[in-house]
Amino acid sequence: MSIILFKVILIVLIFLISLGLAAYATYGERKVAAFLQDRIGPDRAGPFGLLQPIADGVKMFLKEEIIPTVSDKFLFILGPSLFMMTALMTSAVIPWGTPVSIGGQNFNLQVADINIGILYVLGVVSLGVYGIMLGGWSSNNKYALLGAIRASSQMISYELAMGMSVVAILLMTDGSLSLNAIVESQGEGKLYGFINVSGMNWNVFYQPIAFIIFLITAFAECNRTPFDLPESESELIGGYHTEYSSMKLGLYLFAEYINMFISSAIIACLFFGGYNFPGIEYLSNHLPQNVMSLITFVVLFGKILFFIFFFMWVRWTIPRFRYDQLMRLGWQVLMPLAIINVLLTGAAITFFGN
Amino acid sequence: MTSEIIFYFLAAVSVITALMVVFSKNPIYSVMWLIACFFSIAGHYVMLNAQFLAIVHIIVYAGAIMVLMLFTVMLLNLNRESEPHKSLLTKGIATVTGGMLFLVLLAAMRSTQLGAYASPEASDAGFVQKVGMVLFTDYLLPFEMTSVLFISAMIGAVVLAKKEKH
Repeated sequence: MSIILFKVILIVLIFLISLGLAAYATYGERKVAAFLQDRIGPDRAGPFGLLQPIADGVKMFLKEEIIPTVSDKFLFILGPSLFMMTALMTSAVIPWGTPVSIGGQNFNLQVADINIGILYVLGVVSLGVYGIMLGGWSSNNKYALLGAIRASSQMISYELAMGMSVVAILLMTDGSLSLNAIVESQGEGKLYGFINVSGMNWNVFYQPIAFIIFLITAFAECNRTPFDLPESESELIGGYHTEYSSMKLGLYLFAEYINMFISSAIIACLFFGGYNFPGIEYLSNHLPQNVMSLITFVVLFGKILFFIFFFMWVRWTIPRFRYDQLMRLGWQVLMPLAIINVLLTGAAITFFGN
Repeated sequence: MTSEIIFYFLAAVSVITALMVVFSKNPIYSVMWLIACFFSIAGHYVMLNAQFLAIVHIIVYAGAIMVLMLFTVMLLNLNRESEPHKSLLTKGIATVTGGMLFLVLLAAMRSTQLGAYASPEASDAGFVQKVGMVLFTDYLLPFEMTSVLFISAMIGAVVLAKKEKH
């Protein structure tokens, strides 16, 4: 089996999983909301309402498609497409599990193990702004424009703190930017140097501040509550996607769930050991390699699902910020905190070794 | 052979998108073409094994600076119709300055020697570790000077943007 064929299969699989998970995340969101508000939630389509995402998808496709007459038609279509594309691109550098062996040859469960993994993620995230900005501007609607401007200034502001919080992690993993190396380093060594549980040397135990900053900025980058000001339906009637209908609106909503999925995966990889779990060493000595790959994949997915649930939990618990509060939090709290964290981490590594 | 094809493809994309930046009537399209141009240049960096430079190029230019450009263009609402009519004097001055710049570029180009395409050697000189090492040892002083320059520019911007007290 050639490497190219394997990568193609992997890409298609990740693509399908992302889409499927995003579809069922919409269902999950409604169920979680219903649970938190003491309701039942969707239960009409199929058993427990499990066919609801399919019904929603069909509805989206069959709705009438309206393009505002005075809008720039090309940019109006380009907006949601770009947003979806950037949402799907990030998954290329995530290591999904330990290598599988097919016909005696080892294949990494990662589309591209590039030297600059985490920077690639930050780069693609920073491109996500264009989808929103173009969509909001080309709608030729002041609410959409306001939403787009809010979204982009919010994303630019929080990117900085996000980058700084990642620097602290990079300092700890010998300066390697590859996500694979970051995940592997969390599977080796003892926690705090004496707790001898294999696969438990997670960064979150060393870098709780960086983790909290990253989590908050991830919420902001995904435009999720409490940072969903770009959409705030009570003031902006939906923000940047006000004028969108049919599947183009669907793409915007869908991409948000894919973003959520990917950021959960990155949180899991950076701070929660990726596919590592306690006892991974014992199991990998006793089980065949491919079974191990499957188990690590399932473990990573468990972590991802937990964080997706966490995103939803927060959404239905906390009201949204005011815009000036959001900017103050980003620039005056998270940014200095992230820089101080980097300095402290650097000092600790210099003076106390590892 | 493959690298040569990719190089010529990227080079063509760079030149065409750069031309489209100038020839587009709508400023929003100019910005979009410029972003496409930056991507093709990042492609050149990857071809030269400078992955770090490529991604920093994308983050800084496509991800930050062009977003601000787009911001400005959108808020000013520069459209083809609203573009003010330029006087003959302005046009004349623009032609003369543009022509002079063209002459300078032409003079600089004349002395370059056009060689055949040579595929770059495989090296890790452009990787993060190597770039960081060089930056913080051999070029430490210029690097720190640049950051001081940036900080002063930022403080200047803050001072200018701050409301005056009455």
